Amino acid sequence: MYGSLFNLTDGLFNHSAFPNKLFNELEQLQQQFGGRSIVSNIRPIARGTFPAINLGTTDSSVEVLVFVPGVAADSIQLQIDKNRLTIEGERQLKHNADDKKTTLYAQERFSGKFKRVITLPEDVDVNNVSASCQDGVLKISIQRHAEALPKRIAIH
Amino acid sequence: MSKHEMTTTDNATNRTYTADIATENATQHRVSLRPLVNITEAEDGFTLTAEMPGVPKDAVEVKVEDGLLTLAGDIKLPQVTGMKSTYAEVKTARYQRAFTLSRELDSTKIEASQADGVLSLHIPKAEHAKPRKIEVQVG
Repeated sequence: MYGSLFNLTDGLFNHSAFPNKLFNELEQLQQQFGGRSIVSNIRPIARGTFPAINLGTTDSSVEVLVFVPGVAADSIQLQIDKNRLTIEGERQLKHNADDKKTTLYAQERFSGKFKRVITLPEDVDVNNVSASCQDGVLKISIQRHAEALPKRIAIH
Repeated sequence: MSKHEMTTTDNATNRTYTADIATENATQHRVSLRPLVNITEAEDGFTLTAEMPGVPKDAVEVKVEDGLLTLAGDIKLPQVTGMKSTYAEVKTARYQRAFTLSRELDSTKIEASQADGVLSLHIPKAEHAKPRKIEVQVG
């Protein structure tokens, strides 16, 4: 049943009313605006998971921001293996479901164990990492190897 | 051409509002993040927790106006010089979300606290709205 549904869509897309050229252009546009290409890393970064992550780089370091509201810093484990950074921890939100006198109206916040793995640039120095946590944001700063820094080459 | 069209529409819209509403409209149009919440109701009132990581305690805004509870706050993080963002799941630096309060709630007695990027509110029920027994008089 589902197979035929997919075939239908396929037929629609192969229809002569939609020339291939148009689709190529559409895909290009999609890549430009959404940045979602059909090609992705073998270790893609999962979206919409807890905790949210922002990444940035400077010439000398890689900066990682992990949004961990309500998580105590000592319950987070960080580990770097080559260029893979693992962030692991747990946040248990207490809600007493047995208590009949309270009613739960919204439960959007994540509760339980979490683990995220990020692939960092290959030139990171695993021995030179610092991390701090403030207002529910964990900031990890990983230095890059000096060889990776941009160098000015003198012409003799 | 389209730019010109947009400007005229904007002007037309603004004209129909008073200055106050126009300003408020502008604030609402600012892109903001929606803080995730948990809400529970007990006999004595509501408990609401909202996630606003990166917002320091003094930057959290909680206000009640015409039965509308608004939570907002700006993310304030130390800037790293020369940093280029390569990937972002949190794309704006402002949180905002509003809730309508029912009349049974006493908005003058809301208690708020913040820890580790989580805002906690307790919104008590007004005395008259708390559950009570009604004695039936035999007359």
